Formats: sequence, C-alpha cells, structure tokens
Amino acid sequence: MTSDHAASVTSDHAVDIDRHVRIYITVFVALMALTIITVAISRLHLPIPIAVTVALLVAIIKGSLVACYFMHLISEKKLIYAVLVVTAVFFAALLALPALTTSNGYWIHGIHG
Amino acid sequence: MEIPYTVQVRRDTGLTNGKIGIWLFLASEVMLFGALFASYILIRTGSQSWPRGDTILNVPLATLNTIVLISSSVTMVMAWASLMRRRFGTFRIYMGGTILLGFVFLVVKFFEYSHKFESGLFPSTNNFLAIYFTLTGLHGLHVIGGMAVNAYFWGPGAKLWKTNPEWFTNRVEHSGLFWHFVDLVWIFLFPTLYLL
Repeated sequence: MTSDHAASVTSDHAVDIDRHVRIYITVFVALMALTIITVAISRLHLPIPIAVTVALLVAIIKGSLVACYFMHLISEKKLIYAVLVVTAVFFAALLALPALTTSNGYWIHGIHG
Repeated sequence: MEIPYTVQVRRDTGLTNGKIGIWLFLASEVMLFGALFASYILIRTGSQSWPRGDTILNVPLATLNTIVLISSSVTMVMAWASLMRRRFGTFRIYMGGTILLGFVFLVVKFFEYSHKFESGLFPSTNNFLAIYFTLTGLHGLHVIGGMAVNAYFWGPGAKLWKTNPEWFTNRVEHSGLFWHFVDLVWIFLFPTLYLL
C-alpha cells in the first residue's frame, strides 16, 4: 500500500466515523423526544387497549432506533439476522402462549380436565 | 496459544468469533426477559383488577432513569467511535461517562426501592409489585454486570489497547452491544410497568 493510498483510506475511515457520530446524535435526540411523547400520552389516560397499543408502538420505534443504529443492526451480516429471526420466532411463541390462554381458556381448563 | 478470529473475520461467518458470541448470548437474554414478559401478560390478563403503574410507582424518577440510560447508550457508542478514531483519551472520557450514568441509574433505583419498602410495599404484597421487583431487579443486575465489564475495559483491561488496538476495539464494541441491550429492555419496561 502506498503512503498516499494509506492516507486516503484513513481519511475515508475518519469521514465514515464522523457520519456515524452525526447519526448517533440524531438518534439520541429522537429517543429523548419519543420518551417525552410516551409520558405525555400516558397523561391522556386513554382506554387501556389504545394506551397499550400506543405505548408499545412508541417503544418499538425507540427499540428499533437503538437496535438499528447503536447496535449497528442496519448494516449487519446475514448470520446475525438469521440468529435474530430464530429468536424472534421463539419470542413471539412465548408471548403467544398467554394470549392463547386468555382467549379460549384451553390451556388452563385443558390442564385440569 | 493465540485465540483465532478475534480481529480477523472468519471466512464462513463473515464475523469475528466475539461478535457472533455476543449476539448468541443476547438471543438467550431475549428469551429470558421474554419469559418474564409472557408471565406478566398471563398474570395481568388473568387478574380481575390491575392497578395503573403510575398510581403506585414514581413516573418522574423512572422518566429520569430512562433519560439517564439512553444517554449512557450514546456515551457508550461514542466510546467505541473514539477507539475507531484512535483517540484513546476520548474513549476513556466517554466510557467513564457510561459507567457514571449506570451508577446514577442504580442510585435512582435505590431511592425508588427504598421508598417502596418504607411504605410497606414488598414483592410479596401483590402480583403487580412481585412483577415490578422481579423485572426491574433482574434488569438492575444486568446494569451492574454491564458496569463491571465496562469498568474493566476502562481500567485494567485497557492495557490491551497498547498491544492490540483492533482486538480491544472489538471487545468494547461487544460490551457496548450488551449495554445497548440493557437500554433496549428498559425502553420496554418503562411504559409497561410505569405507564399502563
């Protein structure tokens, strides 16, 4: 590698990191704003189903920002995505179990015959 | 013996061993918290009445803690960016800030817990408090664990920077992934427990 090329690579790398840092600060501001929005919405005392939907929606947006930009998931390798897809399937199954329980009582009544 | 693929990526995975290792660990963590969230849903939907979190818990303190933890995520990622820029002094400042913010989070939590205990509210009082203390307690243990790892990289572990800066940068990135996960969990705990 020539010294000119090395200097060019280093310069590109620095520009790339600078761009990342600007994104981190933008995400930080967005997360703060969404936190304020979450608290403000809770003060409206909406009916529970709507409150749950809105609160989880905002939390999902915040979580996605953290995962995509701070954890760099937006530009990750396929193997990491594969691990997360499998995790998401099992996570959804875990959350679905209580939903099944309360929707038809099968799991509770089934156990006791 | 030298450990392989700590700096160079493996050809088959396209990742360093540490990176795939931390993501597999985080996947197991998702299932751990997922099981507790599922239990929470089951108990809440199965009960005849359930209190709104803000009638029992301190929302302003929890909001402060949310801001503290999000800020710590930013300082963590800035610590990693500092290493990528080869600025070790700046790394130390940001990493120190991350540890400090983690400590602030725990202090606020301590006051929250103390107030509950003084008011006679314990995990055994009712299902809501049992779930609150279990979820926030487990999360708090994760904060302590993350702080311990970060403190190691801020202090004695930083020696690696002198001999193998790429490896050290990778290690900080991996501890950062764990720290962001801890933040991520809190982002869901906050509305679920305090606001609904």
